[in-house]
Amino acid sequence: MTDISTTGPQRIPSSLFAADARTKRRNAAEWRFRLYGMIAVGIGLLALVGLLSTVLYNGSSAFFQTFIKLDIYLDPEELDPTGARNIEEISKVTTFGYKPLIEAAFATAFESPEFGIEGVSVKDAADLISSEGAAQLRRYVLANPEAIGQTVGFDFLADGRIDGYYKGRVTMASAELDSNVSPQQLQLADQLKGAGLLSTHWNWGFLTMADASENRPEAAGLGVAIIGSLYMMVVVLVLALPIGVAASIYLEEFAPKNWFTDIIEVNISNLAAVPSIVFGILGLALFINTLGLPKSAPIVGGLVLTLMTLPTIIIATRASLKSVPPSIRDAALGVGASKMQAVFHHVLPLAMPGILTGTIIGLAQALGETAPLLLIGMVAFVRDFPAASPEGFFDPAAALPVQVYNWTQRADPAFVERASGAIIVLLVFLFIMNAVAILLRRRFERRW
Amino acid sequence: MSVGLISLIILIIAVLGYVAGRARAVQSAGGDIRRLHSLPGYYGQTVMLASAVPAFLVMILWLLVQPLYIESRVTSLIAPADIADGSSRALVMADVRRISDGLDVAVGQGAMTEVDLDRMRADISDVRGRLALVGVAIGSDVEQSVFVAAKEYRQLSGTLRWILAAVVIGLALAGAAYAWTRINKEFRARNVSERAVKALLILCSVTAILTTVGIVASLVFETLHFFRLYPARDFFFSSTWNPQFRGGSDLGIIPLLWGTLYVSFVALVVAVPVGLMAAIYMAEYASRRVRSVVKPAIEVLAGIPTIVYGLFALITVGPLLRDYFAQPLGLGTSSSSVMTAGLVMGIMLIPFVSSLSDDVINAVPQAMRDGSFGLGATQSETVRQVILPAALPGIVGAILLAASRAIGETMIVVLGAGAAAKLSLNPFEAMTTITVKIVSQLTGDTEFASPETLVAFALGLSLFVVTLGLNIIALYVVRKYREQYE
Repeated sequence: MTDISTTGPQRIPSSLFAADARTKRRNAAEWRFRLYGMIAVGIGLLALVGLLSTVLYNGSSAFFQTFIKLDIYLDPEELDPTGARNIEEISKVTTFGYKPLIEAAFATAFESPEFGIEGVSVKDAADLISSEGAAQLRRYVLANPEAIGQTVGFDFLADGRIDGYYKGRVTMASAELDSNVSPQQLQLADQLKGAGLLSTHWNWGFLTMADASENRPEAAGLGVAIIGSLYMMVVVLVLALPIGVAASIYLEEFAPKNWFTDIIEVNISNLAAVPSIVFGILGLALFINTLGLPKSAPIVGGLVLTLMTLPTIIIATRASLKSVPPSIRDAALGVGASKMQAVFHHVLPLAMPGILTGTIIGLAQALGETAPLLLIGMVAFVRDFPAASPEGFFDPAAALPVQVYNWTQRADPAFVERASGAIIVLLVFLFIMNAVAILLRRRFERRW
Repeated sequence: MSVGLISLIILIIAVLGYVAGRARAVQSAGGDIRRLHSLPGYYGQTVMLASAVPAFLVMILWLLVQPLYIESRVTSLIAPADIADGSSRALVMADVRRISDGLDVAVGQGAMTEVDLDRMRADISDVRGRLALVGVAIGSDVEQSVFVAAKEYRQLSGTLRWILAAVVIGLALAGAAYAWTRINKEFRARNVSERAVKALLILCSVTAILTTVGIVASLVFETLHFFRLYPARDFFFSSTWNPQFRGGSDLGIIPLLWGTLYVSFVALVVAVPVGLMAAIYMAEYASRRVRSVVKPAIEVLAGIPTIVYGLFALITVGPLLRDYFAQPLGLGTSSSSVMTAGLVMGIMLIPFVSSLSDDVINAVPQAMRDGSFGLGATQSETVRQVILPAALPGIVGAILLAASRAIGETMIVVLGAGAAAKLSLNPFEAMTTITVKIVSQLTGDTEFASPETLVAFALGLSLFVVTLGLNIIALYVVRKYREQYE
């Protein structure tokens, strides 16, 4: 007989309708734990939003620039004293010799009563225009010598400080302390703006011009960097894709299970985790010091990035080869194909979408990589566009992420805006590449 | 004759070989391809492979060895007296190469002829000025022995290039001819060409080994060189880092190692709890819809280049921490600090930790969860007392991988941590790391004979060894854990 004691220790009466203290505590712990999880996810999302919004906030203004419209009289006295319109003679006038033309244009403008600020000389006024302005004039004249003697309208880049004034970087108070710009010059700029001569608008130059020196942030552009990055991506694509696919085919389809294969596999997984800067050291020691390839050249950058991207491509390709069902191979072998034919005629085409997706993601990684490129001399200041390929691969060039780094190292705050703008360009490229990869996967991926 | 032209010629030979080989096979079968052992294309392929592959391999090897050979021949021509104080033979060799390239340009543009060049002497005519005319800038005036070396260099590389062209094209032709003569209708062309293709595939997979060998060799070689100039004991145990470009520097790794570990520690303190909790939330709590939005969004963080994080540290996080924490608390006035770099690096590592932990948590068998629920445990109790202990080895592996990432990260610390080597506990002070110093010692015009430059290789080797060790342990732990549940 069971004997249920009714006189045991007093039981706490409990009800299913009211939670007791212990249950409440457990439920509270449950609720808290869940909250921690949400907070963690929230922090992650907040970080993403914070990161992207600061870059957009700081960088979007880099695509807009302040320009000043001026009519310049191309004075034959200054530009071509001999009057022979001989291009050799004209090109002897240096950029410096074009500055008086701009000053003269301002002097003409000051004759009308609406312009002119107390204490602003014609020379000060000409300083509103970027020192790139004179170079722009010279290029125009050398290209169109017949225009000498005429009055031509030009759209000049305004000086970085003036541009900063309209973007909120420079104020009257800060101009007081600045030796490069005076409050009076800013007032003159306001007058020009009132007259419609000064305006801020879209600046293609940011994407097409070369880098400019420390004191001309307004003229600095990404042209050379974009071309350099493009060249490097071509090198990476041409080398990493075939080598990576060939290696994966061997390891996945042919390799016997032995120590040699093991060594290769261990190597690949370790290379994927080696810090990128170590690849830079390799590039410097092997490609530049030993093989004597030129510094700062896209070919060296491309080779280094190829070695870095190979593990990514190999891992993606192997996964995609593995996902092709064995029945495909068996069917091919069954109708008399050799192993090689089965792989190249049947497995590889079916794995292609996955391979391409992996390759694009690897390329995107390579495009954003900075550290190894610093070591192989891509930080050098490059003003000239590299030549067309193939010689261009050996010419010095910049790269997008390195250009960002370069600009962060400069003193003028205008370069912060440029650096953020360059990051926007970089992110747009990355976004396009990833979108293509996702589309490829959606469109061609097969579920077996 | 440029390398591009040689390659093109080889390719043309290969293509012609393909056509010829195919034609010979068809002809040997009397036009009836059913009598051939293989499809006619395979016969063409054997000829193509036999001509192109050896030729290209020889060319690549040649181009790897040629600079070393020329260097060793030319370098003895430079008189020791012409190596300026503070310069080195390697720097003069760089000049030699530049002058030689310049002479090529000058001859190419017609500014001087080969005869002129033969008679030209650096101590009589102004070589620097004449090269400047064709747009080649030389750093200093050219000494006669350097000029002789440059001429020798130019001549040797010119001759060698012609020999290369002759050898390689000859090889391509010989290969094609040999393969072509072997073709008849009994020839097992498919087997031969497939064997060759397989050899090529193996060659490609060996690049991984070659890369590792290259990394290890370049690091070890230069590090040994460094230790001959600077005592290894001082490098590993000295606690001052003070490079002087006039010599007499202190190059102790300890302050750099401290900075590296401190920054990585801060990063992990940020990334591990956040990443782990996010992974738990997404694996155990989040509905399918939330998961499908949040997971890719967090993974976007992983795809953002590190330079972007660096800029974020430099212009946003650094000033923010300085103005609202460091200065009011009286801890420092620098916007680049261990805290700045650590926080931003932590953000970078969140997706890394969370996606690895997510995989690990999902790998815990459902039966264990069901058992725990059956005993009346709440969801959080299940996670804390069943899932996490079961997943612990995998999570430890993920954390180790994240730590190795943090130690090797460069751009965030270059822009966020500062450049002063210090041993300090204050997280708001600027400190520096191994990677920052590798960058600063190796960028710009460097001379490869001074310990101040070579130390970067020793630092790189230390970095490589530490991260490799962490990775191997992590992979081992993760693999062990996987076996448990498979």
